[in-house]
Amino acid sequence: MLFFSFFKSLVGKQVIVEFKNDFMLTGTLHSVDQYLNMKVTDITVHNPEKYPYMISVKNAFIRGSVIRYVHLPVDSVDTQLLQDATRKEILQNRQQKKTEAQV
Amino acid sequence: MELPEPFLPGAISLLEQLDKKMMVVLRDGKTLVGYLRTIDQFANLVLHNTVERIHVENCYGDISRGIFLVRGENVVLCGEIDEENRPNELIQVSVSKILEMQQAKFDLKREQDQAKIEAMKGRGKLPQIRNPSDILGEDPF
Repeated sequence: MLFFSFFKSLVGKQVIVEFKNDFMLTGTLHSVDQYLNMKVTDITVHNPEKYPYMISVKNAFIRGSVIRYVHLPVDSVDTQLLQDATRKEILQNRQQKKTEAQV
Repeated sequence: MELPEPFLPGAISLLEQLDKKMMVVLRDGKTLVGYLRTIDQFANLVLHNTVERIHVENCYGDISRGIFLVRGENVVLCGEIDEENRPNELIQVSVSKILEMQQAKFDLKREQDQAKIEAMKGRGKLPQIRNPSDILGEDPF
């Protein structure tokens, strides 16, 4: 849930998506879902000679399972906020486990 | 028809692409072009009037495939084709020609790799682990 919320905060920003097959593209993050599938608009491909068919594609739905990295603009990420959110999430998970163990 | 949010977690973004001409890239490197008719939460897709498009250098060839049901786990990306704004500068050739070109390219690569391996052996080096994306149809994932 944490990274889903994190990516939701990045909608509208320019990102570079690096795929597991080494394919890379740049675009604007349009939407994301709980599986971290992404919809990216206004696509530019990094290696257009190797992937000529991508020239006519300007929007795409990317399945979360094929993404290796998402390169983000440095200024759009608040690392302090991320750290705090991570700590909160861990505490929440611990409390959830406790209540589940009691039941 | 008002759908509750989120109706299909994991594929909500594809609802707007229904009945549009989409280019689907699969994990084994295949490119399918067809009208998107059905989706589900796993990103399983049903494509209508599907064509398998093979690209070699600046040429491409289309093989008619009819109706395809693609299992979601094999989908890399599903892109909207916009031929008016971004025309394809590629040349379309016949199916037999593109298959010939593809086979020729594959054979050439095989020969080059063999030559490399022989050269390396002569210098006492072991053959490198093959890159799956160089092998036709292999899943680089």
